[in-house]
Amino acid sequence: MPELKYSSAELMIINASRLLRDGDVVFVGVGQPNLACNLAKRTHAPNLVMIYEAGVIGAEPERLPLSIGDPTLVSGSLSVVSMYDIFANYLQRGNVDVGFMGGAQIDKYGNINATTIGDYAQPKVRLPGSGGSQEIAAWANRCYIMTPHQKRRFPEKVEFMTSAGFISGGKARAERGLRGGGMLAVVTDIGIMEPDETGEMILTALHPGKTAEEAQVNTGWSLKTASALRVTEPVTRKELRILHEELDPTGIYLKAAG
Amino acid sequence: MSKLIPLKKAIAEFVNDGDIVYAAGFTHLIPFAAGHEIIRQGKKNLTLARATPDLIYDQMVAAGCAKKVIFSYMGNPGVGSLRIVRGAIERGELEWEEYSHFGMITRLQAGASGLPFLPMNQTGAEDLERVNPLIKRIPDPYGGKDVIVVPALNPDVAIVHVQRADKNGNAHLWGIIGEQKEAAFASKKVILTAEEIVDEAVIRSDPNRTMIPGIVVSAVCHVPFACHPSYAQGYYDRDNEFYLAWDKISESPELTKQYLDEWVYGVKDRDAYWKKVGEKAHKRLKVKAKYSEKINYGKY
Repeated sequence: MPELKYSSAELMIINASRLLRDGDVVFVGVGQPNLACNLAKRTHAPNLVMIYEAGVIGAEPERLPLSIGDPTLVSGSLSVVSMYDIFANYLQRGNVDVGFMGGAQIDKYGNINATTIGDYAQPKVRLPGSGGSQEIAAWANRCYIMTPHQKRRFPEKVEFMTSAGFISGGKARAERGLRGGGMLAVVTDIGIMEPDETGEMILTALHPGKTAEEAQVNTGWSLKTASALRVTEPVTRKELRILHEELDPTGIYLKAAG
Repeated sequence: MSKLIPLKKAIAEFVNDGDIVYAAGFTHLIPFAAGHEIIRQGKKNLTLARATPDLIYDQMVAAGCAKKVIFSYMGNPGVGSLRIVRGAIERGELEWEEYSHFGMITRLQAGASGLPFLPMNQTGAEDLERVNPLIKRIPDPYGGKDVIVVPALNPDVAIVHVQRADKNGNAHLWGIIGEQKEAAFASKKVILTAEEIVDEAVIRSDPNRTMIPGIVVSAVCHVPFACHPSYAQGYYDRDNEFYLAWDKISESPELTKQYLDEWVYGVKDRDAYWKKVGEKAHKRLKVKAKYSEKINYGKY
């Protein structure tokens, strides 16, 4: 059988989808997280409930949503609620299992910067800001992020903490009484990083053919490797077929490098 | 009492220079027609508040209407950067005040409820609290962890677009309902624009769908297709192509000026704008019907 060909985006989406469990209530963004969730729903997690921060519960989009407020999310969904309700009753109250994060930078303790590069008052690069991510990171039971493995995306410490991972490590997160479990997996195109017992992100898995050296070269802190370093399961023909034929036939998000 | 007036008159009468304006709508029902009318009337020194400034505030900032923005996510949804607002902030030409979505919406909820502030749980991400002095923490008077508080936001005027309203301003809306209700109740004045003006009996046939009551509304304006390039659920689709095109237009001050000249200053109202958008786009943005099941309120 010829070897399967796939993009780094497809590799990350497929590995992220495998982190989802059947019955999970997932707070999902558009783009790659949306594809990961829909892939999980069509494979091992048929009872996944997708929640969008625009206030849509149980979305089953008929077409690929192109924005967080795409009307296809609404038609046929279980419920549509106000923004206040989605953040208060769903997220703050503790009704969300998984939060998919985005952001320009993620650091050694899984903290995310989506706000600014340079001084806040005189920003060198002004990023979009929190949106829902400050609360998702705090209150979802498990948080995941997908991002290409590049040094500029993985500084030792974020310049601005838009959303909290394990903050400064150790007991810092627990002391603040945050209900969610924090950043539990960073899926990259090289492998997967997960927190150790101090909240430090360490390399726990490599994709087939990738090396720990590659991961280290592209990470801004001294990257520890788990004693039981795994190799992720190979991408399957079925997963690729669902992505290509059912979810993103024109390749809007699959072709993207990031 | 009928509050039905033309949009031009509503903006002239209810939006003043220096006002805090909240043009509501989370991706959905964004009142572009009213934004364009504010630009045409040359309103100045506005504070533009919106969770997601979106293209409407990019255009209003480009036209010189704003001195400040209040926001929680400044991007071109589904595309990338919101170039004009972002550039103005990076060059130090525009004041800004920033929250998370929940912080922003909690400010409105406090404003809508007549409260001075409202609490939220801590998030562990403390940098925004450090740079925005309006975000404070106070002890839980019942002995729990400290809570984060934000002050009420009471805009001078909210602009809210809805699918249908009667002439008194009782309004039905459906689809993504974002912060429409909170913005309407929080604001001192409310300009309502609607796809359709319907008989009061239509509103009374489904009272649970009335999100905004006429008693808080100052003006009702009949403005079909008011949201383009945003959308109205069940009426027309979001023009994702235009959101992509704006990414290019907003990169260049000349193209931005040309856009405003042609599509805002160069048309007299929304009808002229929609005609200019053209039949090909009308067809592209048309949506097929998908009705809900009827419900029985009962006759008592």
